[in-house]
Amino acid sequence: MVSNELTWYMILLSSILINNIVLIRFLALCSFFGVSNEIETSIGMGMAVIFVMTLASAATWILWYALLLPFQLEYLRTAVFILVIAGLVQFVEMYMKKALKSLYNAMGIYLPLITTNCAVLAIALLNIDYGLGFVNSIIYTVGVAVGYTLAIILFAGIKERIALSTTIPVPFRGHPIGFITAALMSLAFLGFSHLFGL
Amino acid sequence: MGLWKEFTTGIIKENPVIVLMIGLCPALAVSSSANDAFGMSIAVLFVLLASNIIVSMVRNHTPDAIRIPIFIVIISTFVTLVDYVIHAFDMELYASLGVFIPLIVVNCVILGRAEAFAYKNSILSSTMDGLGMAIGFMLTMTILGGIRELIGNGTFTILNYQLINLGENFQPALAFIMPPGAFLTIAFMMAAHRKWLKK
Repeated sequence: MVSNELTWYMILLSSILINNIVLIRFLALCSFFGVSNEIETSIGMGMAVIFVMTLASAATWILWYALLLPFQLEYLRTAVFILVIAGLVQFVEMYMKKALKSLYNAMGIYLPLITTNCAVLAIALLNIDYGLGFVNSIIYTVGVAVGYTLAIILFAGIKERIALSTTIPVPFRGHPIGFITAALMSLAFLGFSHLFGL
Repeated sequence: MGLWKEFTTGIIKENPVIVLMIGLCPALAVSSSANDAFGMSIAVLFVLLASNIIVSMVRNHTPDAIRIPIFIVIISTFVTLVDYVIHAFDMELYASLGVFIPLIVVNCVILGRAEAFAYKNSILSSTMDGLGMAIGFMLTMTILGGIRELIGNGTFTILNYQLINLGENFQPALAFIMPPGAFLTIAFMMAAHRKWLKK
């Protein structure tokens, strides 16, 4: 659990390692299994997630405390957040295509994928549920996104090797062996729990 | 016959979790006990069915260019409803499902069916499709949650009734109710499905 009492590096460590978003909290699994066939594409995806998630968290945090809470519109939270995130991703994509061509070439194709990435909405909601302040929620978001990038790059590295293997039983080829790999990675990440009593 | 086929494809041939690999996040995250898994799939059943029906009803009045935002608004309306209903009636379930209730909005099963099926088909066949998909999701979730609970805790509980209790002599493998167990169990379920059920 993350709260305002933690220092910034504790929030970072907790979100990257102890509560790794993919391997411990099971968010963003679709893209974790879908875009992890090569290390290079998984790096691009990771960068795009870090960028969009941070923007989305900042936008939804401001929206919640400046608009929804004062006007007692809490029940619109889910609908407003998902629409804002979808709109934001579209906007960023258009801006990037026009102004930041090289950045767009590096991670542009991953941007639309992120709208349906449940992690972005989940972190926006969790920032509010945990009651984090603005700076802390940005730190938490960056940590979560870095944790995602770490997990997907490690996973892609292992997957590249598995693809060369010929000894895997037929029913396990492809996704099932991927899930077993993820299970072992998750077991390794469980070792970080209780790192400092969190 | 056509309606029946739409109903059954979602259960075995195109099972959303095991074959299509969509809706994985909630399936793995809230399946540490059969009870939570069942509760979650009831919520998904309601949202999927309701959104399929409404999307299919408004499909002739929806401009093509903005159909996705419209679907999202419809879906999130029902998700908010479910969120408040569970909060009011079952606090324990609400606490253990946590952030995964609002996350039903981005569950690819629902948006995927709205886009791929309900937007193009009549109300009746959309209803059957929604029912089939939701029951396929529910079966997978309950089996997954059941296996994990049985190995990891030695019990099997559904709708708050304890059906099986392996007793004190059973040494539970705790890893199964923790995150690694979810990945491991679904891997074996997928492999079993490929070996025996895929024709």
